Amino acid sequence: MEISLATFLAAVAAMSAPVILAALGETLTEKAGVVNLSLDGAILLSAMAGFVVATSSASLPLGFAASALTGSLVAAVLAIIGVSLHQSQVAAGFALTFLCRDLAYFLGHPYARQQGPQLTTLPLPGLADLPFIGEVLFSHSLVVYASFLAIPCCLLFLHRSRWGLMLRCAGENPEACWARGIDPNRVRFAAVVAGGALVGLAGGAFSLAVKPGWGQPQGCEGIGWIALALVIFGGWKPLRVALGAYLFAALQLLGIHFQDAFPTVPAQIFQVAPFPLMIFTLILIHASRRRRGRLNRLLAGNAPKWLGRAYRRS
Amino acid sequence: MLELTNIEKRFGRLQALRGVCVSAREGTIHGLIGENGAGKSTLMKVLTGFVHMTGGEIRLRGNRVHPGGPRDAMALGIGMLYQEPLDFPQLSVLENFIAGQAAYAPTAARQRLARLAQDFSFHLRADDLVGDLTVGERQQLELLRLIDGGASVLILDEPTTGISAQQQEVLFAALRRLKATGATVLLVSHKLEEIDLLCDEVTVLRHGQVVARRSRPFDRDDLLQAMFDRLPEREGAAPKAATGPALLVFDRACAGSGRAALSGLSLTISGGEIVGLAGIDGSGQNTFLKLAGGLLEPTSGETRLEGEHSGAPRRPTLGVDTVYLPADRLAEGLFPQLSLREHHLLASPGRALLTPSAGLEETSRAIAVHGIKGEAQQPVQDLSGGNQQRLLLSLIPEKTRLILMENPTRGLDVHSARSTWKLLRRRLADQGAAIVFASPDLDEVMREASRILVFAANRVVLDIPAGEASSHILSRAITGQVDAPIAP
Repeated sequence: MEISLATFLAAVAAMSAPVILAALGETLTEKAGVVNLSLDGAILLSAMAGFVVATSSASLPLGFAASALTGSLVAAVLAIIGVSLHQSQVAAGFALTFLCRDLAYFLGHPYARQQGPQLTTLPLPGLADLPFIGEVLFSHSLVVYASFLAIPCCLLFLHRSRWGLMLRCAGENPEACWARGIDPNRVRFAAVVAGGALVGLAGGAFSLAVKPGWGQPQGCEGIGWIALALVIFGGWKPLRVALGAYLFAALQLLGIHFQDAFPTVPAQIFQVAPFPLMIFTLILIHASRRRRGRLNRLLAGNAPKWLGRAYRRS
Repeated sequence: MLELTNIEKRFGRLQALRGVCVSAREGTIHGLIGENGAGKSTLMKVLTGFVHMTGGEIRLRGNRVHPGGPRDAMALGIGMLYQEPLDFPQLSVLENFIAGQAAYAPTAARQRLARLAQDFSFHLRADDLVGDLTVGERQQLELLRLIDGGASVLILDEPTTGISAQQQEVLFAALRRLKATGATVLLVSHKLEEIDLLCDEVTVLRHGQVVARRSRPFDRDDLLQAMFDRLPEREGAAPKAATGPALLVFDRACAGSGRAALSGLSLTISGGEIVGLAGIDGSGQNTFLKLAGGLLEPTSGETRLEGEHSGAPRRPTLGVDTVYLPADRLAEGLFPQLSLREHHLLASPGRALLTPSAGLEETSRAIAVHGIKGEAQQPVQDLSGGNQQRLLLSLIPEKTRLILMENPTRGLDVHSARSTWKLLRRRLADQGAAIVFASPDLDEVMREASRILVFAANRVVLDIPAGEASSHILSRAITGQVDAPIAP
């Protein structure tokens, strides 16, 4: 099977859109010092909620709103336990991810295999006709455009806004935040809920656009864990997190094509290859921590100092 | 005018501040001095709203104020420079400068930062990472941030600990400048030299109470007297200095960084010695202990135990011939939920399978010998502090030659403290071991040590046999005044 480079890249962009939304949501959450492990379940639950609402109301915007809201609500539960009540974020996240998963399949059961609305591609007038770029960037659905926009927005928010600065401060040193009159736990709560909304949108992006429909198993299972790994892979930097998502999608697609090109190699190798590659990259990142130089600096990632730790004022 | 009247603060059963009154005028530098635990830090935390007072009132320019938290304090123009820089190391200088400000205007802030830095002759580059700066520079940044935020009352908590002499000069110049512009500066310090150089007035705290107020010119001996008061001179003879063989050698050793740094250590500790480390908390005593235990590599020079190869890299020798007893016994020294018996089993290796009665006999013997009030099968978290300490002592192996202790009688009542020292002395007599201990209690150092090292400004400033030490000499050394040359 021969495909053009442009088609391949366009497929990568389309496939990675929800992953990018989820991973950026988790980046915001973790930059504020909170680990939200409920991602995988939250994506599934919001995919279900989005599909059900969109089907019942025959309105795609309502469907997306429902998935964002669902993502925020799941995140708010985590924030209450992990931020306000100072309990283990890891335990709460794990419990939530499995709870959400089961809840999604249970509540979504009546809607399984139903025909629902789905987002169609919306080639941007004028831009879509550009050679190469038009096909790669401007012939997608709104979800993909949103994922493109989310990257610079996330960057600008974190590095060029007061709220973004406060968010990073809360993840770095909550005590110093407090000394400056910022309540770190409020900032964290807000960051977790906002990040949750992005994660919820990722769920909606699956059930309403990328892998439309609802059923068991939904195609988005496992994506939450990938998104979590991408945040670390990306060194908590939005741009690198997004690049990681593209790389991952490219590897998965290549796997499919390589299966045809190398029929003697078991298909499973290409299917799982992205995962060991991720681990290999993490080792690279670790190795570059102590050295200087441009490449190493590019690879270096600094976890927020207070990541995963609850802050309780002494 | 900043007036603190009858400030009271209680933490549970502990009365940390008792009717403290301090008043400081605009355009002055007001010193706040006192020994460890005198209540200086608590008082400052009350001012910044970090802790809430249980009684008294604060007036600023005549108005009664209630700082409910740092945000309120900032709005009132009260800013504090904490002892450990309270900033964001992974963020840039500029980001640190604007974090917490109501408006987000990086370009304007960059200009203000540059102007302020120039005014105060600080060399700060807006785009540097704060984590790459020295403690002194981080402090300068914090100071500028507070001034930029409109602070008119500035509190500095031990600002010169861990910064270089040049940075100290720059800081002092900055403080004088602030004074000239009409700010009220509160300087928490234990260094009388600084007080002399900078302060117009001084309030001395002891045990949570104001014991003296003085204005310029200060009489240092008078201030010392007020700070330490009735430091009882030793009753009876000083413990004899040891004559055993050399055990631990420090050869021009430097270690640690920033505030915990130590430099230029050259001394030898011999068997039979009890070395007491005195000084204000965090003047390098803990770095010394860690260096002695091999828990910390010297950054230059070397430390070696007798019998070790000179120059060979030193591996932590804990558990073999060196024992380190941390101050926070339950958190760092013991496993709270394991029983006394299990602790003894852990301490005696060579047993693969454990029967329910294994180690019971040794544990019972240790309980009897060390007078531990507890059962062999009881979790150690149920023991009282004194019994925990006796358990730790009972776990020290026979062949230990060096016992290092951080505040050995912390949280112990008088009786437990005495029994601890009795056990330690017995140990010393039996084995010819050396004991090195740090204690914030000068009394204890004078009573128990045979040799005293005084730490100040990241160095050992005084090294004398206990017989020659007096509370006067020690308290002078602790506050940074040494007239006797340092013993070789």
